[in-house]
Order: sequence, then C-alpha cells, then structure tokens
Amino acid sequence: MTENILEVRDLVKHYPVTRGVVFKKTVGHVKAVDGVSFELKAGETLGVVGESGCGKSTLARVLMNLEKPTAGSVLYKGQDIAKLSGGGLRRLRRQIQLVMQDPYTSLNPRMTVGDLIGEPFEIHPEVAPKGSRRDKVKELLDLVGLNPEHINRYPHQFSGGQRQRIGIARALALRPEIIVCDEPVSALDVSIQAQVMNLLEKLQNEFGLSYVFIAHDLSVVRHLSDRVAVMYLGKMVEIGTEDEIYERPTHPYTQALLSAVPVPDPTLRDNKAIIRLTGDVPSPVSPPSGCRFRTRCWKAQDVCAEQVPLLEIRQGSDHPSACHFAEKREIVPAHEV
Amino acid sequence: MSDILVSEQSAAGTSGRPSGRLLEVDDLRVEFRTRDGVAKVINGVTYHVDAGETLAVLGESGSGKSVTAQTIMGILDMPPGHVSGGQVRFHGKDILKMSAEERRRIRGEGIAMIFQDSLSALNPVFTVGFQIAEQFRVRRGMSRSDAKKRAIEMLDQVKIPNAKGRFSNYPHQFSGGMRQRAMIAMSLALDPEVLIADEPTTALDVTVQAQIMDLLGELQRERRMGLILITHDLGVVADVADRIAVMYAGRIVEEADVYDLYAKPAHPYTLGLLNSIPRLDEKGQELRTIKGLPPNLMNIPPGCPFNPRCPMAQPVCREKVPPLLQVGVGRASACHFAEELVNRD
Amino acid sequence: MSDPTAASIVSTPPVEQPTGVGAPADAGVPENARREKPRGLLGDAWRDLRRKPLFWISATLIVVFVLMALFPSLFTNGDPENGTLTNSRVEPSANGWFGYDVQGRDVFARVIYGARASIVVSLLSVLGTLLIGGTMGIIAGYRGGWVDALLSRIADVFFGLPFVLGAIVILTTFNGSGTSNSKAEIMALVSISLIVLSWPVVMRLMRSSVLATREADYIVAARALGAGTGRIILKHLLPNCLAPLLVYGTIMVGTFIGVEATLSFLGVGLKSPVVSWGIMINEAQNYIRVSPFLLFFPSAFLVTAVLSFVMLGEAVREALDPKLR
Repeated sequence: MTENILEVRDLVKHYPVTRGVVFKKTVGHVKAVDGVSFELKAGETLGVVGESGCGKSTLARVLMNLEKPTAGSVLYKGQDIAKLSGGGLRRLRRQIQLVMQDPYTSLNPRMTVGDLIGEPFEIHPEVAPKGSRRDKVKELLDLVGLNPEHINRYPHQFSGGQRQRIGIARALALRPEIIVCDEPVSALDVSIQAQVMNLLEKLQNEFGLSYVFIAHDLSVVRHLSDRVAVMYLGKMVEIGTEDEIYERPTHPYTQALLSAVPVPDPTLRDNKAIIRLTGDVPSPVSPPSGCRFRTRCWKAQDVCAEQVPLLEIRQGSDHPSACHFAEKREIVPAHEV
Repeated sequence: MSDILVSEQSAAGTSGRPSGRLLEVDDLRVEFRTRDGVAKVINGVTYHVDAGETLAVLGESGSGKSVTAQTIMGILDMPPGHVSGGQVRFHGKDILKMSAEERRRIRGEGIAMIFQDSLSALNPVFTVGFQIAEQFRVRRGMSRSDAKKRAIEMLDQVKIPNAKGRFSNYPHQFSGGMRQRAMIAMSLALDPEVLIADEPTTALDVTVQAQIMDLLGELQRERRMGLILITHDLGVVADVADRIAVMYAGRIVEEADVYDLYAKPAHPYTLGLLNSIPRLDEKGQELRTIKGLPPNLMNIPPGCPFNPRCPMAQPVCREKVPPLLQVGVGRASACHFAEELVNRD
Repeated sequence: MSDPTAASIVSTPPVEQPTGVGAPADAGVPENARREKPRGLLGDAWRDLRRKPLFWISATLIVVFVLMALFPSLFTNGDPENGTLTNSRVEPSANGWFGYDVQGRDVFARVIYGARASIVVSLLSVLGTLLIGGTMGIIAGYRGGWVDALLSRIADVFFGLPFVLGAIVILTTFNGSGTSNSKAEIMALVSISLIVLSWPVVMRLMRSSVLATREADYIVAARALGAGTGRIILKHLLPNCLAPLLVYGTIMVGTFIGVEATLSFLGVGLKSPVVSWGIMINEAQNYIRVSPFLLFFPSAFLVTAVLSFVMLGEAVREALDPKLR
C-alpha cells in the first residue's frame, strides 16, 4: 500500500489572458496552478481543499489529462501522462476516472442511463464484449444502489443524489485505479450527501480505489481523507495526514480556514478560536510576490514579500508547511463523542 | 459619519418599535398548480420572529423554506403558486389580505430580503451605488446628492472598503463577498424591522461566509432587527441562531431553542440530519444516513410525511399526521414519539 | 492492482475483491427487465411521436403534398398548362372544383402540379441550408480559434448581402432573359441561390448552440472517458444542439415557398409555363376583387403546406427532448 500510484512534480498550469478578436494579444496569464507537487499512494484518499479560485479544479483537469500542463509532470506509475497519446492514452483513461460536481449538468440529458453508463464500454470496446454490456450496466446500477430496472430512464427522472450515483457508476465502469472526485457532494442536500459519501467509502474498500478528493468543505474532506493538502492561489500551502492538518495546523491560512468552518454545536460558540481574514483572494493573474497569502496574513513580515516560502518540514511543524513562520495552533475544538 | 447614523437608528429601534410579535406566519398553506398536478409545497407552517431575534429555518431543498419566505415577501410567482390558507401577520395585521400598494410599502421598510445569488439579484446595468441610492430617492424622496451620501454611508456600514470609490462600480466589478455586502446594504437601506436572509452564504467560500455572518449578526444587534435565516447548513445555524424551525415536506417538524435542539432533538428527522453530517471536529466513521429520498410534493405519503424514511416509524405514523405539539419549555415537535425522544438519555 | 486488466469492475472480480458483488446483482434483476429492449434517444422519440395526434396530422398532410409533387396525375387528370379562353375566370363548380384562371386553365390541376415546384425548391433549399450551415456551425463552434474566426468572417460577408437583391443578381446572371434553362435547371438554380444566401443564419445558430454546449460538464465527462471528436460531436453535441435548427428549418420551408414566389414574380425565378403556387398567387393578384378564388386556392395550399412543416418540426423537437415527455 505504500506504492506511489500517482506523482505530481512541480505542476504548473497557466492560462493566457487575451485581448482582441482576430489578432489575439496575450496580456497576461492566469496562474491557476503554480508549482504543485504531491504523491498519491495506492488505496489512499488525498483530500485537496481550498476556496474558489485556488486552482483545485484546474488541478483535477490536468490530472485527468483534459488539459496539458504548462510545466511539470504528472506521473502515473512512473509514466508522464502528458506525453501519452494513442493507445497509451486510451489505456491511461481506463485507469483514471472523474466524478464531477454538478449531477445536473454532468450527464447528457438526451441519453438514457443505460447509454450513459454503457458509454465507457463503447469507447473502450475491449473491456466488455458487446453482448454483455447491458448486464454489466445493470450490475453497476445495483452496485451504486440504484434500481437496475431504471436503465431506460433519462437523467432528469432522477434526483440529484441518484444522478451523482449514476456519475459514480459511470466512473467505475472501466474499473479504474484512481478516481478524481471534483466536489462530488457539494451540490447535494445534507441527508443525501452522507449517503453518497458512504457509497464512495464502500466502493473504495471493495475495489481498493485511490481517490483524489477535491472539495471546499473541510468537514467532508476530513471525513473521507487519509491525507489532506491545502491550496491557496495555485500553491499548496500545507500537506499532511488528516490529523496533522486538522489537529496541528501550522500554516496561517489553514488555521484561518479551519476557524471559519462553523461547527454544528452551539455550545462551542464562545470558546472557539476565531480568526477572521479580511478582504478577498487576490487575482491569480497577478498574485502577490513572495508568499501569496501575505496580503491577508496577520503574521506577514518583510521576508514574506521577498521570499517564496517552500513547502517543507520546518521548525514548529511536523509536516510540510509553506510558511516562514510556521507554528502549531489548535483551532478545532476537541469533541467528545 | 457612520457612527451618527447607527446611533440614530438604534435609538429609533428601541423607542419606536413595539416589542411583541413582529412577524407571525400562521398555518400558511401554499400549493403549486401545474399541468402535471398540484404540488403541496407548504402544508400549514407556523412560526414567528420577534425584534432582535434570529430564527433559523432549516431544511433541505424542497422543504418549502424558501417558498415560505417568498410568500411573506409577496414575490412568489402566482401562478403556479397559490396561497390556499393561513395568514402572515406583520405587527398583527394580515399582509396577505393587504392591497398591492400596502404590501409594497411594507416591502423594504417593514420586511426586506437578501438572496443567495447576489449576482442575479443586482441589476447588471446600473452601478451598485445607484441601486442603493435609488431607494432613498424613490421611497424617501431624497435629492440626488443626499441619496448618494446615504448610499455611501450604507456601503460603509457593511464594511466595503473605500465605499466612496466603490459607489460607481458595477456589480460584476465586485467579488462574491462584496456583492453580498452590497445586497445587505441595499436591503437594509430603508431600515427594515425584519430581514429575511435566504441562504445568504451558500454561494460563498468559508472565510467569506464567516465575514458575512459576522456582519449580519452585528447589524442585527445594532438595529434590533428580527432575522429569519433560511439555510440548510447546520453549522451556520449553530453559530448564529436563537431559535430553530426545522422544515420537512412543507411542514415544521420541530421548533426549539438552538441549545435544546442540538443537545436533544425531538424529531427523528432532526436527529437524522445531525447524525448524517460529517464534522470538522470528528474523524471519519461511517456516517449514519437517513435512508431514502424526500417525498414527491405531488404525492406526499399519508400520515407523517417522514414515515417512509423514519427508523422509529410505527403503524400510527402511516395513519395520523402528527400535529406540532409542545414537548417542553419553548419547544415543539411534530412526532408521535416526541416525548420518548426528549426523555431518552 | 498494478495489472491493468481489461476487465470491467463486475465481470471478472479479481482475487482481492469480495466475490458475490456481481453475481447477486445479476440474479436480482427481474426477468421482465432483462427482456426489455435497450432504448435510445431516437427510439424513444419515435415511441413518443407515435402517440401525438399533431404528428400524425402533419405527417399525413406532408405525405399527401409529397405525393402531389411526385405524381400529380394521381390527383387530377386536368391539364395545368393549357386552357380554353372561354373558361376565363369561371367560378368553381362541379366541373372545375377550383374554377378556371384568366387564361381558362383548370385551377385545381394547376394547384396540384404547382406543388412540385414549390415543395421541391423549398425542401431542397432548406436541406442544403441546414446541411451547409449546420456543418460550418459545428466546425466553427467546436474548433474555435482561427477556424472559427475565418468561417465567421466568410459568413458575415454572405450575411451582408441583401437577400432579395442577392438572389436577383445570382439569378439574372444565370437565369436572365435569353437563357434557355430547363425546368430542372431553373429549380436547381433557385435552390442554390437560396442556400448561398441563407446558410450564414443557420451557421450562426448552430455555432452559438455548439459554443454553449461545448463547455458543458457532460462533454468534459465524455472527454475524460476518452471519447473521440466524432463521438462527442455525434452523440453529445448534435442531439443537444439540433432543437433550434429544427425549429428554424421548418419555418424556413414556409419562408422559402414565399421567396420562390417573389422571385417568380420578379421574373428571375421559375417562369411560366412552369407551374408553382408562387406564380399562381402572383398571377392572381390583379383579380383579387373580381375573382378572389384565384388567390384563395393556391394560398390555402401554401398555408397548409407551411403549417404542416411547422407542426411536424414542433412535434419532432418535443419528441427529441426527454424532459418534455
């Protein structure tokens, strides 16, 4: 279980910002992902948290090889996925699958559930002979907790949670090793969210899947993840085990993020650490020099504007943290069960 | 500048306003009459909010929490919406029976509302400042320059930095959090007594959500407003609410003080919700889910609407609709077995 | 887990996987569900269409019109081209159901024979327009970049030409007085000029439709599965972009029948002795007050034909949208 199934090295993805219609002029770059490294071990769940605009969705697209990285590499079992093409790329597609956020827009409204879940088999015909596909689709429906008899229905005849199950069945069809989940439960109602999270956990246990679990909801991420990475403006600011990030956060941004999450317990109202950030996330077109968080950070010194803090284990932190002044601080109140 | 305004308003708030029931919703019933049938969206909702109090209306999508608010505001689309019974009393007067003119006067000055999607709630072709100033000009008959001055004061009160400079910005030039602040400024411009906030932070990031909730709380205390917070987020509710009304399938299933509700829910739905959310301060176990799906509002199951999903369901639950009954001081539950839930250890 | 087996998750459970995941699921499928045929969008659309009276009415009418165009002699044995002047403007009677025109020709026979020119020209032009405009629109919208810029500018050039003026220029060049084109050649020329002048509209429709759909999550999802360009366009883009095109196409059929009439009137389109509804309407306009039936019958056929196409388009559009079922 310690094998690195996915390795991301100094990944950079910039989108050009252009002006003009016919003669396009590049006036800048959106630095969506700007030097991110991590690895994913077989069978583990890596949570990626961050606020909107931090680059976590772009990261998902690059991991899925939907976008070519500007620099850096994504290695699947030592193979650079950006360099794959033809047959190699097709084989890779079978191994890494995607579950998207919005169950309402991620399913083609004009295809039946049978066609939707069967599509992977049509694209990769070598996986399942034609005659067996329909039964396989029904088995997948059953596996994710849907009625196999509903195979001829259309997506709009299902509720949001059920549609997300269809999306999960589709991602599972090719029996991938890795599933990239991009906010898979954030569009769902509370009671449905829990059902889908339990399903994801059950499937992981059954099939030994590895998840890259991207979400903005820190409670959801804590629940599902073995390790957690925190992103801010295209950079990873802190990475560690679930305990290290939630119990002993050392980066000020992680601390602020954790303190902002409301805990469903009114008795904690007054004895909770409150860190309120001011202002908004700066534009990723021209991020602040040095540490990108310094414009909103209460610890910022001159050095923060000059030197980019590296994501490394520092004094005061038992796990990698990208802060010059990394320091443990307990944010999440202990909760007795 | 803003200090003067605040003191003026809070003075008005304490002296001029009666302290009794500010807004009461009484046995409200709303249905949607569509081609496919009649959807019973609200089936007898009763709640109230007093001055200076925060009532959280908690529910999942389709529970009717937003439709109730839209009915109070008189912005429900009719048709297909249709109020089939009940009252909404503001200072004791039923606003559902008022003329369009009277209702318009209450809107903004008596009851104001902020929405989840601030981008579509603000008109994109006018500047933010203009949209706020407009209210002072139309409703208060102020001159252009006075209205502008007040609008800048409002922007300043919701802590928009450089309010003067931001006055002539268009909505798209604001970030999500700033837009929500502008929305708050706009809805508070006419100094309403009740503010209805419909999922005000759902579209925002957590750090910004925290800022906005702090701001709302602060403004509410200063103005002694009644605040109805409509949300599905059990975390936000725990942080800010005084009282909570939990809605399911167009009914209030439980109403309680915030501390009581979290400590000992008196309805199996509330209990299920609390059990099913992952918590920041808890490591992952399997979540205890509520099985099944919310009912189709065109075909609500007989008896207790929650009975098909309820782990405690008994035959009586399929036959009799449980009424919302008192189960203790200041709390009520619509469950046949509420007493057992409250008295368990 | 390192072996990238070609197996689906349920067909051949690997060793570490608890067995029995696939099998009981299979067994749990009821017998009747298994026998049920797989269905797709087109099959479902057809099932839906069959239940619609609107579809049957319009389809029947269109079949009648098409038959009329193909085999006019099935409907009448009158002569559309020759008449006797003694019958000039004789009102409808048992002999001549629709009466006789100025030159004493049987209006009923003319209306029947006129269907061919009107319907062939308009259908051909609409099909051509949809095909060319639609294809260009998909290419421009899906490829984007310089391809889009180039195609869009070309479309703009054609879009800038005034419709009737453009048609007159094209047709007087190839079909002016003194030319001796056959009936088929004239019809082809009229169709081509209509296509040339109207494809940009369809292209714009298609392009904006594709642009809006291209970024949809389900397209991204298909790409993530490894779907190729062909599959994405045929399976995902087209079914979701077709609705506005269908609606516009059916409206265009009607418009083109009218335009064909206008061009005929201006003397650059179809010419006597070719019979078309347009020509008949134009000929009738001088006698509106004295012999209104001359105008009424061809117009009635024209309106009915146009309506049938519009109704058919509406029915098909609804059938292709699963949400409306």
